[in-house]
Amino acid sequence: MQHFLQYTVSGLATGAIYALVALGLALIYRSTRILNFAAGDMATAGTFAAFTLICMQIPFGAAATAGVVVGAVIAMGFYFIILVPAQRRDANQLSQIILTLGLALILQGLVGHFGGTEPQAFPFPLSDAKLHKFGTVVISELGLGTLGISVVCCVLFYLLVQKTRIGLAMRATSENLPAAQTLGIPTRRVLAFSWGLAAGLGVVAGLFLAPAQTLDPFFMLEPFLKGFAAAILGGLNSLPGAIVGGLILGVAEGWAGGYISIAFKNTMAFLIIVAVLLIRPEGMLGEEFKERV
Amino acid sequence: MTTDNSKTPPLLSIQNIETLYFDRIYALHGLSLSVREKEIFAVLGPNGAGKTTLLKTIAGLIKDQPKKGIIQFAGHRIHRLAPERVSSLGIVYVPEDRGLFRELTVRENLELGLWGRRDKGIKDDLEFCYQLFPILKARSTQQAETLSGGEQQMLAMARAMLRRPRLLMLDEPSLGLAPMIAKSVYDALLRISHAGTTILLVEQNARLALKIAGYGYIMEAGRIVLEGTSASLQANEDVKELYLGLGGETASPKGWRLYKKRRTW
Repeated sequence: MQHFLQYTVSGLATGAIYALVALGLALIYRSTRILNFAAGDMATAGTFAAFTLICMQIPFGAAATAGVVVGAVIAMGFYFIILVPAQRRDANQLSQIILTLGLALILQGLVGHFGGTEPQAFPFPLSDAKLHKFGTVVISELGLGTLGISVVCCVLFYLLVQKTRIGLAMRATSENLPAAQTLGIPTRRVLAFSWGLAAGLGVVAGLFLAPAQTLDPFFMLEPFLKGFAAAILGGLNSLPGAIVGGLILGVAEGWAGGYISIAFKNTMAFLIIVAVLLIRPEGMLGEEFKERV
Repeated sequence: MTTDNSKTPPLLSIQNIETLYFDRIYALHGLSLSVREKEIFAVLGPNGAGKTTLLKTIAGLIKDQPKKGIIQFAGHRIHRLAPERVSSLGIVYVPEDRGLFRELTVRENLELGLWGRRDKGIKDDLEFCYQLFPILKARSTQQAETLSGGEQQMLAMARAMLRRPRLLMLDEPSLGLAPMIAKSVYDALLRISHAGTTILLVEQNARLALKIAGYGYIMEAGRIVLEGTSASLQANEDVKELYLGLGGETASPKGWRLYKKRRTW
């Protein structure tokens, strides 16, 4: 039982990162039906921006905020400068997904060029070595912080989407774009905001993941793939599903690593994707998109 | 419901528009019509005549269309404008599928109708909508997808009215509705018209549409083939035969072929 709780809590901390990445992916997929393959690299760019500022002795809070803003600006810039013109020229969904892949490669190159490809330690106010004990369960300060920030982000995200005017416009635009347009809702600005928000969530995940490992241009690749698996598990078009999917994937990995083998941990994500696609292709909380032919 | 279509300058004027699908299939072929302020205009026609395409072209929902021709609304050239821009000029389009946000509640749908408005008339407009359709108040916290077909049509119309349109365009508002419900929807349209909103209506139910419209256009194969006041259209033998179901000759395929040869358009 002691081990079970320990593996579960450790898994939840990891799952919280996946949940943030998955939430960003689901938000974009729900709004635009595009799988954003650049999500991980947008997060990497934002985290590197924060890292650069921290190295310039800027206080962590300001640097982290700037990192989130950089990630959001990259995403919004990509939407306005690349995606919108492509859509005007009737680019289909596959072409738009390829464009996100292109952006991913460009960002990898830029981050490698300006930030260096060597792994670097990411200075962070919370320590991965300082442990807190809750009964029989031990969790690091960083793990606790990760769980906390994820809860805060999810609550803020929920409030934004459910309780504000921009959130209402986001829900309307993602559900029925032509109807939103005919009501005069500035759908492009709303979608750009969604892109920025999704990238911002990714950067937050990156900021809390970087201190647990080292910072290099590819450090978000694995969490991105796991976040992708989590989003599929929860249902790609479901925002609560993304959070639930992330947490379940994290816990499943924790159990697999603890009870089976640490080598088996990464296989879990793939097994989950296969199982979900076979049993419930639309995901746990997702719904099949119905489109009129 | 005046019927003279020539005296006052039109609110909406369409001249020789051509809308094509896939750059080669003509959906609208040199179509012209005009709509005068504060009246109800009906566009009638069979399936595939291009009625929905006409409304979508006006609303800016068909990209890069019309290929040719001019659409003028209240002094502005609006052809090929983005749908948000057309909407901001005062044209609101209620599509055939109602265009509701099905996952959102009735209240949220109505709130979206108020997008961009900060004036003092919001409360009165909401009250007007609830007077028109009292059921919406009772259903305000329900998701739109749980409403009946008639209630969804009412919600779509109420939401459109909250934008204070100068021109309200409706695509088949009676589609799929029981006759009683369709009648109440049309009664509401009359009240909306009496309150000063211009209405452009596309319908297959010609009898219902001509009852409230002052002027009508008959569309076939992307063109206007006949136009006139409601009274004149209702008296027209071809309209009677084809759209009002008063003849009976066209009921059989043979009768239909013979009729097609000698009809006047």
